[in-house]
Amino acid sequence: MTDSKYFSTTKKGEMFELKTELNSDKKDRKREAVKKVIASMTVGKDVSALFPDVVNCMQTDNLELKKLVYLYLMNYAKSQPDMAIMAVNTFVKDCEDPNPLIRALAVRTMGCIRVDKITEYLCEPLRKCLRDEDPYVKKTAAVCVAKLYDINSQMVEDQGFLDSLRELLSDSNPMVVANAVAAISEIMETSPTASQIINLNSQIINKLLTALNECTEWGQVFILDAVADYIPKDEREAQSICERVTPRLAHANSAVVLSAIKVIMKLMEMIDPKSEFFSMLTKKLAPPLVTLLATEPEIQYVSLRNINFIVQKRPDILKSEMKVFFVKYNDPIYVKLEKLDIMIRLTNHQNIAQVLAELKEYATEVDVDFVRKSVRAIGRCAIKVEQAAERCVSTLLDLIQTKVNYVVQEAIVVIKDIFRKYPNKYESIIATLCENLDTLDEPEARASMIWIIGEYAERIENADELLESFLESFHDEGTQVQLQLLTAVVKLFLKRPTGAQELVQQVLSLATQDCDNPDLRDRGYIYWRLLSTDPAAAKEVVLAEKPLISEETDVIEPSLLDELICHISTLSSVYHKPPNAFIEGRGGVPARQSLLPRMGSSDLTSELPPLQVTPQAAVIPNVDSLIGDLLDINPSAVQQPSVMVPSGGLGTSSGPGQSADIMDLLGDGFGSILGTSQLSPSGADFLGGGRSSGAFGMDDVFGVQSSTAFVPPLEMWLPTDKGKGLEIAGTFSRRNGQIFMELNLANKAVQPMTNFAIQFNKNSFGLVPAQQLNISSPLVPNQNIKFSLPLGTSGPIQRMDPLTNLQVAVKNNIDVLYFSCLVPMHILFMEDGKMEKLTFLATWKEIPVQSEMQYELKDVHYNADAATQKLQTNNIFTVAKRSIDGWDMLYQSMKLTNGILVLAELKIQPGNPSFMLSLKSTTAEVYQGVYKAYENSLHL
Amino acid sequence: MIHSLFIVNNSGDVFLEKHWKSVIHRSICDYFFEAQGKAAGPDDVPPVLSTPHHYLINIYRNQLYFIAVVMTEVPPLFVIEFLHRIASTFEEYFSECSETSIKDNYVIVYELLDEMLDNGFPLATESNVLKEMIRPPNLLRAITDTVTGKSTNMSETLPTGQLSNVPWRRTGVKYTNNEAYFDVIEEVDVIIDKSGSTVFAEIQGYIDCLVKLSGMPDLTLSFVNPRLLDDVSFHPCIRFKRWESEKILSFVPPDGNFRLISYHIGAQNMVAIPIYIRHTISIREGSGGRLDITIGPKQTMGKTVENVNLEIPFPKSVLNVTLTPTQGKYSFDPVTKVMTWDVGKIDPNKLPNIKGNINLQSGSSPPDANPTISVQFTISQMAVSGLKVNRLDMYGEKYKPFKGVKYVTKAGKFQVRT
Repeated sequence: MTDSKYFSTTKKGEMFELKTELNSDKKDRKREAVKKVIASMTVGKDVSALFPDVVNCMQTDNLELKKLVYLYLMNYAKSQPDMAIMAVNTFVKDCEDPNPLIRALAVRTMGCIRVDKITEYLCEPLRKCLRDEDPYVKKTAAVCVAKLYDINSQMVEDQGFLDSLRELLSDSNPMVVANAVAAISEIMETSPTASQIINLNSQIINKLLTALNECTEWGQVFILDAVADYIPKDEREAQSICERVTPRLAHANSAVVLSAIKVIMKLMEMIDPKSEFFSMLTKKLAPPLVTLLATEPEIQYVSLRNINFIVQKRPDILKSEMKVFFVKYNDPIYVKLEKLDIMIRLTNHQNIAQVLAELKEYATEVDVDFVRKSVRAIGRCAIKVEQAAERCVSTLLDLIQTKVNYVVQEAIVVIKDIFRKYPNKYESIIATLCENLDTLDEPEARASMIWIIGEYAERIENADELLESFLESFHDEGTQVQLQLLTAVVKLFLKRPTGAQELVQQVLSLATQDCDNPDLRDRGYIYWRLLSTDPAAAKEVVLAEKPLISEETDVIEPSLLDELICHISTLSSVYHKPPNAFIEGRGGVPARQSLLPRMGSSDLTSELPPLQVTPQAAVIPNVDSLIGDLLDINPSAVQQPSVMVPSGGLGTSSGPGQSADIMDLLGDGFGSILGTSQLSPSGADFLGGGRSSGAFGMDDVFGVQSSTAFVPPLEMWLPTDKGKGLEIAGTFSRRNGQIFMELNLANKAVQPMTNFAIQFNKNSFGLVPAQQLNISSPLVPNQNIKFSLPLGTSGPIQRMDPLTNLQVAVKNNIDVLYFSCLVPMHILFMEDGKMEKLTFLATWKEIPVQSEMQYELKDVHYNADAATQKLQTNNIFTVAKRSIDGWDMLYQSMKLTNGILVLAELKIQPGNPSFMLSLKSTTAEVYQGVYKAYENSLHL
Repeated sequence: MIHSLFIVNNSGDVFLEKHWKSVIHRSICDYFFEAQGKAAGPDDVPPVLSTPHHYLINIYRNQLYFIAVVMTEVPPLFVIEFLHRIASTFEEYFSECSETSIKDNYVIVYELLDEMLDNGFPLATESNVLKEMIRPPNLLRAITDTVTGKSTNMSETLPTGQLSNVPWRRTGVKYTNNEAYFDVIEEVDVIIDKSGSTVFAEIQGYIDCLVKLSGMPDLTLSFVNPRLLDDVSFHPCIRFKRWESEKILSFVPPDGNFRLISYHIGAQNMVAIPIYIRHTISIREGSGGRLDITIGPKQTMGKTVENVNLEIPFPKSVLNVTLTPTQGKYSFDPVTKVMTWDVGKIDPNKLPNIKGNINLQSGSSPPDANPTISVQFTISQMAVSGLKVNRLDMYGEKYKPFKGVKYVTKAGKFQVRT
C-alpha cells in the first residue's frame, strides 16, 4: 500500500471533505485525514485553512497522530500565530509526560514554532527538560536553546539558558555534550555577546575529547570544529590533542575526516617541525586525503578545494601521491579542473615526464574547457620546471600540429609566456607558429601572436608583412589586440627602421586619430612623441628588458593561506576566501583567525616585544665554528647600548672566549696599526685630501640627514675618564650605499694627541675601517674634531653577542683605548634589497612558519604610504601593498650586507597607532635588530 | 545548519520540500536551475553554489538532485554526507531511491526527514535506530494493515539504541538462525595508456556485512595479511585501539546490512591487473575506420572473469558501427554514440574479439582523438590485493553462529586509452 492515495483528489471540494474527516469521531479516519493534509502540505499546497481542525486533533494518546499534528504545526504556526497559542497548553503538558520520547518530542516541536508570542510560555518547560534525568530529553533540549535563540536571543540570555548549555558541556553522556557543542557553536555564529559564554579551556577541551570517541559522527564534527578553535598552551598540549584526534582520520564519514585534518593542520604550527612527532603527523595525513578522493564526486570536489591549499601550505604531505590526481574521463568537469590545478602544484622535475604525458592525453579530450586548461597547464609546467621546458615546448608543437582550432590558440597564448620566461631560446618554432596565423580568431591568441612577432621582429623576415596584414582589420579588433599591434609595430620600427617607416606612420595615425579608446590613443601619442623627439629613449622604453615571470601566479598569499588553514572544511575553504568576505551576519566572530607561530607570544598587551627566538638552529652564513649561544640576547643591551671598556664591563658580560679575542685584537692588531701608520707620503697626501673634503661634506650631510635616512643620535662611546682624556662619541650612518662611522673626538686632556689609529675586532658582519683614522694635525686640548670613517664589510667574521656588537680599539700617542658599541641594523641594509613580488612570495613560502616572529610597533603616526616612504629611505623596501578587511598590508624586504634576506609583513590599521610586524628570515638572530630598525625608522 | 531540503527531478520539478527552520520559498531553486543550465551534463553541476543570501549544496544521485539550503558557515562535507545519507536511507526503506518511490511514501519520507534532522542538526541517522522508530513499508504489513484496518508505521517505544554506548545497534534482537556474512569486495581503478602500460592503478576495497545475530554479540575479525591495510575508514562500531595495537577488527556489529570498513590500496603496492585488452581503433577520413578489440585474462589466479562489459563513447562525428563479435552482443546508441559490448565470460582458450568498421558521418572530418574504453568485469572468489580473512570469533553470546566470507573483485573505473 502506498501513500499515493493521499494525493488523489475528488471533484467535490477537497478542503471541505478533509474538514469533515478531521472532525470525525473515529480515530482511524482522523489519522487518515491528517495524513492527507500533510501530503498536500508536502507538495506545497496551502492547507493552512484547516489549522483549527488539525490542532484539535492534538490532544491524543496516539503517538503517530501527535507527530503528524506537530509536523503540521511547525509548518503553519507562523501564518496563524493566534491559533498557535491554543497549542501551548498541550506542549506544557507533554513536557511532563512520563514517556521520555513524548517529552523530547514536545520540547523539539515547541522550538520549531517560530512565533514570538508563545516563546515566553516555553521557558519553564525548557528549563525542566534541560535538567531532565533522561539524556535523550536533555540533548533535545540543548538544541531547543539554539532554536529559541534564533527567535528571541535576548530572552534566552536573560533566562540564563546559555549557562545551562555550558553546564551540559560536562555532562556524562557524549551525545548531550555533542549537541551542547553544536548549539553553542550555532549561537556563537550569530551573536557577538554569546562568545563569552564558552571560554574554551583545557578542562573543557579534555571533556570534549573524551566525548569525541563515543558520540555520533555528526557530533564528532561539531566537537572537532570546536577543538580547532582552541589554542593550546604549549607544544605538549598540542601534541596530546593531536594524538587524541588522529584516530578520527580513519572515520568513514568524510566530514569527520576533514575536520580532524583541520585540527591537526592547525596544531602542527605549534609543533617542532624537526621532531619525530611532526613527521609522523605528516605521514598520517596523506592516506585520509587520498581516501577522500575515492568517494562521491561532490565530496571529491570539496576535498580537492581543500587539498589545493593544503599542498601550498605543506607540500610534503602529498608529494608522492601525484597519481591519485590523474583525471578519469568520466569525472565531472568540476572535479577534473580541480585535479588539474593540484597536479601542476605537485609537479617537479622528477615527475614532470608523467605529468606531461597525462596533460597531452587530456589535451585531446572532448570537453573544450578542460582541453584549454590542460594546454595552459603544459605552459605552466614549462615555466615551473626549467629542465622540462624543452619537452613542454615540443609537446605544445605536437598539439599545434593537430590543427584543432582552440588547442592551437591556447597553445600560442602559453608559448608567449614561455618566450617571456626563457627569452632567446625557442625562437626556432616561430615559423611553425606563423603557419597558423589565419586560424587565430580569439583576441587573446591574436594578441599573443602579435606580441611574439613584435618581440622577435628582427628574426622574422616577413614581420612587416605579417603585421601589415593584421593592420588591415585594425578597427575590428578588440582593444587588447589593438594595443599589442601598436606596440609590435613600434618595436619592429625600432629594430628595423628602414622598411617599417610607412607602417609605423599608419598605425600611429590609426591609433591616435581614428580611434576613440583613450588607452590606445594615449599610448599612440606617447610612442609618437618618443619617436619624434628621441628615438634612443624610445628604444630604451619600448625595448626595455622585461621583468621575469614565474609560474606561481595564482598562489594564495601567505596570510590568506594561514587563514584558510584555520577554515579547512568550511565554506571558505571551497571559495578560498576568508569567511567574513562572504558570509552574512558573522559579526560575533573575531574578524580574522590566524595561525599562531610556535611559542610566539601574541599577547598584544605585553610591554616588551616578544623576545623568544625559535630554538631552530639557524646559522649566519659564513660563520663556521663560532656559533655562540644567541638565545639569550639581552633585551636591555639592545635597547640601551652600553659602553664597554676592557677594564670593567667586558670581562663580566662576556665569557672567557671573548677576552681571548681581545687579546687577539691586541696581538696582531697592533702590528697592523703600526704598519698602516707608516704610509708612503703620497698616499698620506691623497688620503689627507680626501679627509678634508670628507669632513666638510659630512657636516653638510648631517644637516639634511634627518629628512633622509635615519641616523641615530651621537652616543658617548668612550667617556673621558676611561679614555685617558680622549672622549669619543659617535654613531653610524649610511649614505649612497656606503657605511660610515661618524666619530666625534674631543681632547679633554692637557696635552695634544697625535698618531691616531683605529681597529675593529672581528665582528658578526665583517665590518672593517675602509681607511685609517687620518687626523694629521695633533688634536690640541679642548679641541673637537668630527670624522666620518667609511667602513667596509669584507673583514673577518665572528659572531658577537649581541649580534650587532662591535669592539673597537683606538690608538693615540697616549695609549690604546678600547670600547664597544652597537651597530644599528639598518645601516647594513643594502640598496638592492627590493625583491621581485614573485621571489618574495616564493621566499616567504619557503621559510617555515616557525621562524616567523611577530612584533608590535606602538605609537606610530604615519599612514601606510608615509611609512613606506620612511622605511624606503632606510632601505626597507615595500614589495607590495594590499588592503584586506580594512587593514593595509605592506610586504617588505631587505637585504643585509652579508646576503641575509629578511622578509616582513607590516599590518596597519588606519587610525590605529600600533602596527603589527611579522618578520621572516632564514636567520632568526637578526630579528631583534631588524625590529629595532623599524622602531627607529618609524619613530624618528 | 541545514535550513531546507529540496528534491528536484531531471525535468526540473521540485517535488519535495522540507524546512527545518523557517520556510524558504522554493524559488531559491532558480539559482540552482541557472547553474544546471550552464553545466554540460547532469553530473556537471557544481556541488556548492552561492546565492545572495543562501548557499545551495547539492548532490546528484539516482537521477535526482538533493539540494540543501544553508545560511551560515556550515562544513559543506557535513551537508553532502548528510544528503547522501538521506538518499541511502530512502534506498533502504523503499528498496530504491526514485521519484516514484518517494512520492509513493510521502508520509514515511516526511517522518524520516523529521527524525533525521532537528532544527538542522542531525538527530538519528543510523538506519537501525530509524527502523526502530519508523517501520519501513513492506508487503506483509500492507496486508495485515488492510485486514486489521490499522495503518501505522510509527513505533511507540523510545529508540533505546540512541542512548546506549552502541547507538548503531538496536536492543532485543532475536533470530532463529544466527548468521554473519562478510563480503570482501575490491574494485580496481586503472588507467592504461595507448601502449598498454599502466598509468595509474589502485584498489578500492570494502567489507560489506550482513549480520543477523541475536543479543549483543562481540565479534573479532582478523586477517592473514593485515599489513595491506594502511589506509582504512572504519564503521563507528570498530574499536580503533585494538586495530592500532593488534591489527584486529573488534566490534559489536549493527544489525543487518552495513559496511564494516573501506580501504584503499594505492600505487605504493603493486596492483595486479586481471585483464588485458588488445585494441586497434583507427578512424580515417573518407572510408571511416577499423576497430579490432580482443580481451584476455591475466593474473587471475585461475579464476574466471565474468560479466565482462565494454563501453566505448565514440566521438560525435561517428555515424554508426558495423561489427562482428565472436561472443556476446553489441549495441550502438546513435544519440550518445556509445558502443556497448556485453561480452559475458572470458574463456582463456578462445579469447573474445570484436571487429568491424566505423562509419563516419558524411562530410565530417575525422575526430582529433581516439575514445577511451571503459571496462566492467567481476571475478568471484578472489580479492585482487590478496587480502584474506584469517578467522572470525564471537564473544558475549552462547550460540554458535553460521559464518561466511566471500571475495569478489570488480572493475571500478577501469579505463583503457586508445
